[in-house]
Amino acid sequence: MANAQGEFFQGVKGELPILVGVVPFGMIYGILALGAGLSEVEAQAMSVVVFAGSAQFMLVQLFGAGTPALVMILTGFVINLRHALYSASVAPHIKKLSPLWKTILAYLLTDEAYAVAITRYYKRDASPFKHWYFLGAGLALWTSWQISTAVGVFLGAQFPASWPLDFTLALTFIALVVPALRDRPSIFAATSAGAVALLVAGLPYKLNLIVAAIVGIIVGLWSEKK
Amino acid sequence: MNSFWPTMIIVGILTFGIRLSFIIILDRWQPPKLIERALRFVPVAVLSAIIAPELILRSGTADFTFENLRLIAGIVAIIVAWKTKNIIWTIVAGMGILLALQYLL
Repeated sequence: MANAQGEFFQGVKGELPILVGVVPFGMIYGILALGAGLSEVEAQAMSVVVFAGSAQFMLVQLFGAGTPALVMILTGFVINLRHALYSASVAPHIKKLSPLWKTILAYLLTDEAYAVAITRYYKRDASPFKHWYFLGAGLALWTSWQISTAVGVFLGAQFPASWPLDFTLALTFIALVVPALRDRPSIFAATSAGAVALLVAGLPYKLNLIVAAIVGIIVGLWSEKK
Repeated sequence: MNSFWPTMIIVGILTFGIRLSFIIILDRWQPPKLIERALRFVPVAVLSAIIAPELILRSGTADFTFENLRLIAGIVAIIVAWKTKNIIWTIVAGMGILLALQYLL
């Protein structure tokens, strides 16, 4: 994989398995959005403009419940705050890229693209084209998110409502996390973050995610020293 | 019903700003070694914090009983992920178990 094109297609390939979980999720989003009273254009536009699955889910539900705009904005902001951690995590690896590259990669920095791209950066080889891998993974996710939204919007209502398709999100994340638990500190970080997320699940705006992530990171650091 | 567009666009801009934040900040500022070590735990900590409530909470309260089908399916998925390290098998196994249990019970 000595060239940009090769890395790009490896990135697309690396993202493909994730799409098995993402596509149903995008379809449910489309269905939910129309059910909450958004137009087809608004539902699709949010997938482009916001491009963040769980925030989009929350926003259409709040919209359907007639929530004031300010509360929706705050909620969307806080749910997506975890992406600041991703931003910090990829920053050292893309430091030397042009502002245009940084802008594009920041736009594509979702849970699923980040999780795949960061594994490429963790590999020790000195390829100068790892950002192409990131781009490939991010664009593969972006494209399938847009298409699955459209499918949900246009075919949605015919889907059996009893199918627990939203569960694919948790399964996708399990598939990403479990293989990454290679040493004691990361196991400690994962279990403590999971436990804290439950303990403080009552916090508004999904702030439990932020609290849990910070505790998990601290526990991980602390257990490194033992 | 009022327009959704302004809300959507503001959330979009904020989200992009969050994603760009540290990419810009860390350009100019060299973080201490401790922060660099901490970043390694970001993926597992954040994703685990999303997973645990999805599996264990049912309408806001923790449910560790066998009636919580998502927990059972999730545990199976964790085992499959551990053994196979394969994303598709993990999703198929977890979803298959959940659908089967829903259908049978």
